[in-house]
Amino acid sequence: MSRKTPALVTEDPWGTLRRFTDARIALGRSGVSLPTHPHLAFQLAHAQARDAVHLPLDVDAVAQGLAALGYPAIRLHSAARDRREYLQRPDLGRVLDAASAQALSARRPDPAAGVDLAIVIADGLSATAVHHHAVALLHTLIPALADTGWSLAPIAIVEQGRVAVGDPVAVALGARMVAVLIGERPGLSSPDSLGVYVTYAPRRGSTDAERNCISNIRTAGLSYDAATHTLMYLLREAMRRRISGVRLKDETATAQRIVSRGSFLTDD
Amino acid sequence: MAYTQTIGSTTYRFDSLRQLMAQATPARAGDVVAGLAADTDEARVAAQMALAEVPLKRFLTEALIPYEDDEITRLIIDGHDADAFAPVAHLTVGDFRDWLLSDPAGAAELAALAPGLTPEMVAAVSKIMRIQDLILVAKKCRVVTRFRSTLGLDGRLATRLQPNHPTDDPTGIAASVLDGLLYGSGDAVIGINPASDNISAVMALMEMLDRIIERYAIPTQSCVLTHVTTHLEAIRRGAPVDLVFQSIAGTEAANRSFGIDLALLDEAHAAALALGRGTLGDNLMYFETGQGSALSANANHGVDQQTCETRAYAVARRYRPLLVNTVVGFIGPEYLFDGRQIIRAGLEDHFCGKLLGLPMGCDVCYTNHAEADQNDMDVLLTLLGTAGCHYIMGIPGSDDIMLNYQTTSFHDALYLRRVLGLRPAPEFETWLARMGIFEAGQQGNGNAVPDAFRRALAQLPRETDA
Repeated sequence: MSRKTPALVTEDPWGTLRRFTDARIALGRSGVSLPTHPHLAFQLAHAQARDAVHLPLDVDAVAQGLAALGYPAIRLHSAARDRREYLQRPDLGRVLDAASAQALSARRPDPAAGVDLAIVIADGLSATAVHHHAVALLHTLIPALADTGWSLAPIAIVEQGRVAVGDPVAVALGARMVAVLIGERPGLSSPDSLGVYVTYAPRRGSTDAERNCISNIRTAGLSYDAATHTLMYLLREAMRRRISGVRLKDETATAQRIVSRGSFLTDD
Repeated sequence: MAYTQTIGSTTYRFDSLRQLMAQATPARAGDVVAGLAADTDEARVAAQMALAEVPLKRFLTEALIPYEDDEITRLIIDGHDADAFAPVAHLTVGDFRDWLLSDPAGAAELAALAPGLTPEMVAAVSKIMRIQDLILVAKKCRVVTRFRSTLGLDGRLATRLQPNHPTDDPTGIAASVLDGLLYGSGDAVIGINPASDNISAVMALMEMLDRIIERYAIPTQSCVLTHVTTHLEAIRRGAPVDLVFQSIAGTEAANRSFGIDLALLDEAHAAALALGRGTLGDNLMYFETGQGSALSANANHGVDQQTCETRAYAVARRYRPLLVNTVVGFIGPEYLFDGRQIIRAGLEDHFCGKLLGLPMGCDVCYTNHAEADQNDMDVLLTLLGTAGCHYIMGIPGSDDIMLNYQTTSFHDALYLRRVLGLRPAPEFETWLARMGIFEAGQQGNGNAVPDAFRRALAQLPRETDA
């Protein structure tokens, strides 16, 4: 390549701004179009997000991880038979299939006894998130829970489950509260984000307004320690005040925001 | 009343206009979940044939959602303009399709007709139209709106610059704003979806956008897409509010789930008008809609999602908005399963809005759990450009890192403008040329940063210091 040829790609000289945002800025252009490199980088990110949605939950691996923590697992399945049905029928992902419901009711020895907390792990929209972060989060959460003296139900793993599937599980286990660890809708740059939903006094028909959510638990997002800290606050307050959801959330949002009106585009 | 259609030896019966409309709707996931969809393809076409025979006048007497139960129905019926309706008052739904496609139905005739149409009439005719029909008629419609730029002119395509950031970080947002401006984006609005509803955080964003627009003399308007009550509070506290945003739906109950009603929208509209911030015009409301929102709120009254969507446009047109866009693929596959459903829905919404006199844009978008990809978006984008869509979203590299979905990029808008010969809003086009971003009406060939922005970049700490 001795002869100097015009560059095929017009580079953007403001790449220095990338350190301020994860947005895909300063990509350059081929003509007016996306150059090959960022085009294929996007395709890869979308493929990973799609795979996260369609990857089956490795129930054995999650159960082994729980066993290593000293917890037995109950394996359950929602009424959505497969991923395609799960995606089209949100109603079915919120209830257990007949076999799971029967298995749960058969195993509960003393219906009057009850437990304080049920933990439910569901694949949701990203089994990848569960594989990466569910057991890992429990490694910090379980020791924190030990300080409360609460009784814990066996941990349930639900395939093809939505958030609300935690309600029938908790009811069957006689739990006063339920925490559902679930794979969140994958973003292009966050295919493995885990969410946790807390519901006090769960029942069939609990609404989203009755739940508190901790979102974006992943390596580049909320850390396990930070998630555990917030989660323990929510669980303790829910237990103490016997509520969860909007009314509880309003009072946790006390963090002072640092409000800046300036940026390099407006400051002199 | 009941409607019937006989196909061969089978007679299909539809108990109400509501049921007939639902079963005539091209297949989509949300109507299946709601139990409203036709059971078979033949039943669907039978419903479409029966619907084609229904006189348009019937929609004025058989309400899909009772007048007594729903303020949107009352808005539609009470606001109907019988004189404007007169040219098509004698037609059936099927005749109306032919009328719309006919050559005498031009831009002036369609504009004059709009106040005489109800959303249900428009939804009905859309259900028996193919995609090319939806494009051809929408292309004939002309709706022009103004605030600091002029939108909707023939041969123009505008963009909303959408510089979202997951923590509303001002510098992160400014980085995306600059990226967009240098790619010729932002003539419809510079509009942020804030991560926080906190009033002081929202006001900080409003002030930042206002300073950017003022400092660089950009002929556009700003919007922070927060709840209408937050806009009202910001106005009370003296924030520089250009456009008032709100998500709206097509039933009173669905709007209540959004925390709004018509009285509240009236109040916000009046408050923003009183600020008098528009220089070219006073269209200042920005509405977003999307099929499935009423069902999602358990507030669809047994009405199919496309008809519910079209009813939302009756809400929008009350306020002469600057911008309306359907966020077509955001809601997910439970409502629009795949690229095919998203593409058709986007073109239906664009057509129905335009026919009702609205300045329609479209958020050409999808989520990662929908059966859709960039190719589907390219199809919808190109078809919308052909149909005369007012504006699309513009975001760095199609990746919204705050809302976690994919919409159109700055590059996509440049593609569409180039392939269809479309230009930005005239005032913005002049600004782009003055700044040296455009040369000879096109994105410039060089990569030089305009002086004003080069000075801004020069203020940044060096990367090693940051």
